[in-house]
Amino acid sequence: MISNEAAVVILKKKQATSLRSGKMSRLWSDIKRNRVSYLFLAPFLLLFSFFTIMPIVISVFLSFTYYNILQPAKFIGLSNYRLLFVDDDIFLQAVGITLKFAFITGPVGYVMAFLLAWLISQIPIKYRFFYTLCFYTPSITSAVAMSVVWVYIFAGDRKGLLNYHATKLGIIDEPYLFLQNINSIVPVIIIVSLWMSMGVGFLAFLAGLQNVPKDLYEAGSIDGVKYRWQELWYITIPSVKPQLLFGAVLQVVVSLTVFDVSVQLVGLPSPLYAGHTILVHLYDYAFIRFEMGYASAIAIVLFCMMMGLNRLIFNILGRD
Amino acid sequence: MTSTVRSKLRIDYSSLFLYVFLTAFGLLMLAPLVYMASTALKPVSELFLFPPRFFVVNPTLINFRDLLLVTGTSIVPFTRYVLNSLIITSGIVVGGVFISAMAAYPLAKHNMPFKKTIFDMVVAALMFSPLVLQIPQYMLISRTGLMNSYFAMILPYLAAPIGMFLMTQFLRQIPDALLEAARIDGASEWKVFRVIIMPMLKPAIATFALFSFIQAWNDPYPAMVYTTYEDMKSLPLAILTISGGAGVVARVGTFAAASFLMIIPTIIVFVVTQRMVLQTMAHSGLKE
Repeated sequence: MISNEAAVVILKKKQATSLRSGKMSRLWSDIKRNRVSYLFLAPFLLLFSFFTIMPIVISVFLSFTYYNILQPAKFIGLSNYRLLFVDDDIFLQAVGITLKFAFITGPVGYVMAFLLAWLISQIPIKYRFFYTLCFYTPSITSAVAMSVVWVYIFAGDRKGLLNYHATKLGIIDEPYLFLQNINSIVPVIIIVSLWMSMGVGFLAFLAGLQNVPKDLYEAGSIDGVKYRWQELWYITIPSVKPQLLFGAVLQVVVSLTVFDVSVQLVGLPSPLYAGHTILVHLYDYAFIRFEMGYASAIAIVLFCMMMGLNRLIFNILGRD
Repeated sequence: MTSTVRSKLRIDYSSLFLYVFLTAFGLLMLAPLVYMASTALKPVSELFLFPPRFFVVNPTLINFRDLLLVTGTSIVPFTRYVLNSLIITSGIVVGGVFISAMAAYPLAKHNMPFKKTIFDMVVAALMFSPLVLQIPQYMLISRTGLMNSYFAMILPYLAAPIGMFLMTQFLRQIPDALLEAARIDGASEWKVFRVIIMPMLKPAIATFALFSFIQAWNDPYPAMVYTTYEDMKSLPLAILTISGGAGVVARVGTFAAASFLMIIPTIIVFVVTQRMVLQTMAHSGLKE
């Protein structure tokens, strides 16, 4: 009886292994049959592995070491992270600034891009291009090139556009140092970033809105939709949800990676580190102080912030 | 009768308001660019006027001449930066488009193991900025001995997840019938890709070319990090040099002229590709 049961167990195990090996060999033959597909993918996958996947692994490894390029990396455990979160006041300040920035520009830029795209989709097609160009062009300019304009608008002497007009209107008595005063640095960076925020996401919204089926609106008007905002809320938004998700993912990445605008307008380091974002801190440690291990820890923190926030957004917006 | 007239009037009012708002806001958005163009055309006598003047009164091209002359006497002429930028940008755009298109074809139209895993990986890569990978990328480039070459500034940017994502999504909605017909006629996969897929992908190619052009053209990092030679630097870095550092404007006119020259190509590329861009972005949606 017992031996019989054992035999059954053994038989089952055998079946399982043969099934598994059968699965593996079937997978292998599947792969071999599709080798042309993999050949097409090869260049992308090779470059992607070498410049994206491998760097992630190296970053994680380096973040546990002390490494200054000249000497070999030395394993120091969690010291970098402890230093970051316990001792590095400037890093904590940078996290604060980045989050403050992200929670303003992120949602505001996102809603603004969607509303503008929606308004544009309300007018006849032949006029749309002009407005699209007006709103999209700022996002394709470079922060470096535009600094000539911002420095003039926010200049701290009477010749600055804002200062000149504010003095003339009697709002202020003496010029305000927009780019040096620690209270105005973050607002200025936010304004400039918002100006540049109608980018790829805006185009995705615009394209999605153009392709909402017309009969949905007709059906809606039969069902009692009267006003434009009702149309927007009950018909338009649900039908462009995939584009909304795509735009949100890009927006998270953009609003957590402020670097150019800050460095161009207020410098590195900025006055009292008032414009110091996480990415600026990363650049400072990586390419000015060459403390690669510490900088890698900063990079990993930023990476986790982006992935975490995007996961959250996927969970909120991705549900059907 | 009266009610229809009134409702017509109301609609007209709201449309009028819509146009006024869009136009006013649009012009406000364009104002900084207009100011840049007008500064680039200002003669010295108007650059430092008080009170400051927004528009140029006596336009001149002297700033553009200065840009070529002043930088011409330094070690590296301005045109060299333009050339470097052109080489790097076209390398990234052409190479990136080709590599992404090749990868998108099997992901959208073939059925092979790990297809979903690979696509999910690309979507995950959309969720973070490659800027956090600067350090290891720099190390890989320096270890492979590619420093100070054009390859160093092109290779890391070729496998762009957004290009592959857009092309795959675009290809998915194209019917398979044509591909089947070509395969029955005995065409190889390579031929199907070249003769059928590439022409059909045109809108997606134009879109990705636009995005990657803008990215590569404006990005100062590659030249900042991957080269130490002055004659390998690109346009954005050269403009940084002319500006003289953050918050300082040494030669306003020349700086504005250089910035203006840098922005013009991106606008032209967008105007040329915009129709195809909107066609492609309609398929950019993400789903869980």
